[in-house]
Amino acid sequence: MIALIVRELRLSLRHGADTTASLLFFIIAGTLFPFALGPGPATLSAIAAGIVWVCALLAALLPLDRLFGADFEDGTLDLLLLSGLPAYGVAFAKASVHWLTTGLPLLLIAGPLAVMLRMPGGRIPLLLLTLVPGTMLLSLLGTLAGAITLGARRAAVLMPLITLPLMIPTLIFGAAAVTAPHPAAALYMLAAMLLLALPLAPLGAGMALRIAAE
Amino acid sequence: MHLLTASKLAVFRGERLVLSDISFTLASDGVLLLRGPNGAGKSTLLRAIAGLTPLAAGALSWNGENALEDLPTHAGRIAWLGHLDAVKPALTPAEHGGGPALGAVGLAAYANLPARLLSAGQKRRLAIARVVASAAPLWLLDEPTTGLDGASTEKFCALCEAHRAGGGMIIASTHMPLDLRAAETLEL
Repeated sequence: MIALIVRELRLSLRHGADTTASLLFFIIAGTLFPFALGPGPATLSAIAAGIVWVCALLAALLPLDRLFGADFEDGTLDLLLLSGLPAYGVAFAKASVHWLTTGLPLLLIAGPLAVMLRMPGGRIPLLLLTLVPGTMLLSLLGTLAGAITLGARRAAVLMPLITLPLMIPTLIFGAAAVTAPHPAAALYMLAAMLLLALPLAPLGAGMALRIAAE
Repeated sequence: MHLLTASKLAVFRGERLVLSDISFTLASDGVLLLRGPNGAGKSTLLRAIAGLTPLAAGALSWNGENALEDLPTHAGRIAWLGHLDAVKPALTPAEHGGGPALGAVGLAAYANLPARLLSAGQKRRLAIARVVASAAPLWLLDEPTTGLDGASTEKFCALCEAHRAGGGMIIASTHMPLDLRAAETLEL
């Protein structure tokens, strides 16, 4: 599985533009809000956490349709399923790569974006802390949706329609943890959802991959 | 010494029964060539043997045990060459896992060039190198010589014979005559 992750990381490094595109989208989408709502610190700081969360969700969706799509089209998916890894192992490796190439860079940029949106400085570490399980959950559920929509016509449209509703609970608790006076409960909830998705999403994605490869 | 036995395989593709009542036996050193018109189900049979497409009926056994019971184990026995080359334009041939077999298919000089610079025939040879480099006993080849020139086809046949000499077995779908000794043919 390590070999697969290394190979995928090397591929995404060579296709650097794809990886950077979602980061630039994240920055640009976040930047639009002060233009639309006005630069008033009171307004912006109240909604900064929500903006960062929603923009991160949308940005992380961008690379998902190529996650399995390219492999499906060029025959690599067959080789992956015949690599000796179980199908859920392939899905888990793909989710890890998605997180490493999209979730992690988004986390690094979320801090500066939050500062730009006038988020109180003390809240930023908490925002980043909630985004860690948040982006991981998105990678796992996104992998699941990517595998389910594999081979479907208009997969790129279907995928957000499947992923985003599934992400609503994460969004609620993630944004709540940043703004609530007592963030612990929401953080535990996020961790619990991550623990649930960690085995279930790759299992489901693996089954979907096998069906897509038929 | 390995033994692959298929008895009365049937495979659905969508709503259509593509294959039914397919039986064969293949031992180490054996070659089975699948022949038939387009759409006869040659690729489907290869996918079913690989465990990619589920069987509707029948049994596939490896050394007497149900081959498809544990798919990852079954995958370890198989080297797969699909009708698509599964070549990533951004990776070099060496990074595709061709390794030492690149020389055998005449790609050693291209080992560190991006695969997007390779021609269609060279990509096919890269896919063949990946099969050769794997230590799997059973080669499943879907139209292996598509896009290969005469010299490369001869080289490929030599690689197949070397694989058989090492106790390997080959199932290949093909329209072209392959110069392999004692090859059995299955008409679909």
